[in-house]
Amino acid sequence: MAELTGAPDKDFPVDPLHQFEIQPILPIQVGNLDLSFTNSSLWMIITIVAITAFFFLSTGGRALVPGRMQSVAELFYETIANMVRENVGTEGRRYFPFIFSLFLFVLFGNTLGVIPSSFTFTSHIVVTFFMAIVIFVAVTVIGFARHGAGYLRMFFPHGAPLWTAVILVPIELISYLSRPISLSMRLFANMMAGHILLKVFAGFVLMMGVAGVIPLAALVGITALELLVAVLQAYIFTILTCVYLHDAIHMH
Amino acid sequence: MRRIHSLYPTKPRRLAAAGLAAVLGLLLTGPSLVQAATEEAGGGHQGGLPQLTQTDTYAGQIFWTIVTFGLLYWAVAKVILPRIAGTLEERQDKIDDDLSRAEKLKGEADQVMADYEQGLQTARAEASELLRQAQEAWAAEAAKRNAAEDKKLAQKIKKDEERIAKARAEAEGNLKTVAASVAVSLTDKLIGVTPEDKQVSKAVDAVVQG
Repeated sequence: MAELTGAPDKDFPVDPLHQFEIQPILPIQVGNLDLSFTNSSLWMIITIVAITAFFFLSTGGRALVPGRMQSVAELFYETIANMVRENVGTEGRRYFPFIFSLFLFVLFGNTLGVIPSSFTFTSHIVVTFFMAIVIFVAVTVIGFARHGAGYLRMFFPHGAPLWTAVILVPIELISYLSRPISLSMRLFANMMAGHILLKVFAGFVLMMGVAGVIPLAALVGITALELLVAVLQAYIFTILTCVYLHDAIHMH
Repeated sequence: MRRIHSLYPTKPRRLAAAGLAAVLGLLLTGPSLVQAATEEAGGGHQGGLPQLTQTDTYAGQIFWTIVTFGLLYWAVAKVILPRIAGTLEERQDKIDDDLSRAEKLKGEADQVMADYEQGLQTARAEASELLRQAQEAWAAEAAKRNAAEDKKLAQKIKKDEERIAKARAEAEGNLKTVAASVAVSLTDKLIGVTPEDKQVSKAVDAVVQG
């Protein structure tokens, strides 16, 4: 991919996919595995540092009457706490730290990615799919641990005639197994598409000269939209995790 | 699963049809999608998504996701959440505490108010009692003084009446004497007879009585 950066397409000045390239910063090789510290790793580190810094600074005062920063921190807390309470129920309390971390990780990863020339690690299918598959496996394990073989009833709804099992069970099975795919695809595709769109418009700005102010104005709007998408996708990712957790615990 | 179910048609037959369509659709489009993806990936070095072509970075990305998310989870579970929860709890405690203190203070204030009302009531009762006593005392005093004054006045009136009566008697006596002497001198001048004093006084008495 590196050669593309030097020689972009004949007509278009920007390669919109260049931003997704993983570039090693510090090569680390463990056995056969390439665990290099890359721009992706760097932005993951920046993300968690930003999260911890934000919460340390905002909750440092532990003021009884919260200031602005502390209000925002408490808003995060209460939003996710309510989400877990409403979607998972009281049993979800023990998973709250995980859900909260997940939300912050995706939220900060997405929003920091909107900063120009940063790197969005959530725009990589490996990362989102890994998170989704971990959630999927964990939810399935929780489901079987709680209900034993009864968890298999998930795949056949209550009260349906028995003969429909032939059709319903495969459908349910497919819809269940496609959860990690849809969960990871949604986040990955949203983040990638938005970033490509931004780059394409940036290319228009360069191509159109003075008239480039028009795509530039559009770019401002799209950036705002991307910020919204970044927050929304983090929220969706988290709330779907809560829904899956609810299914595993309560089973319907 | 209810959430997902509601998206499907509810009738089993339609459900079956929808399921069949979905399966067929997946079977038909799935391979071509995969093919397209692999084609793009196969064309790798010319273009395509780095997400799909840079497969050698997958292990590293997963590794760093585990490391960073693990660190974040630790920080959230051990530091961030206890801090926020602690602050919220502290605030709730403080609010509860303040509320109960306010309640207590309100109770105290009510007590003070009640005491004050009570005191006011007592003072009012005392005052009216005092007033009543004073009025009675004044009334008694006034009655006494009136009586004394009346007595004095009555005595004075009696004395004065006596004096008047005496003066009147005296005046009457004098009148008789004057009338007698006038009568004597008139009789003497008219008929040259000097009547006896006894007769004159008798006549005068008769006139005066008359």
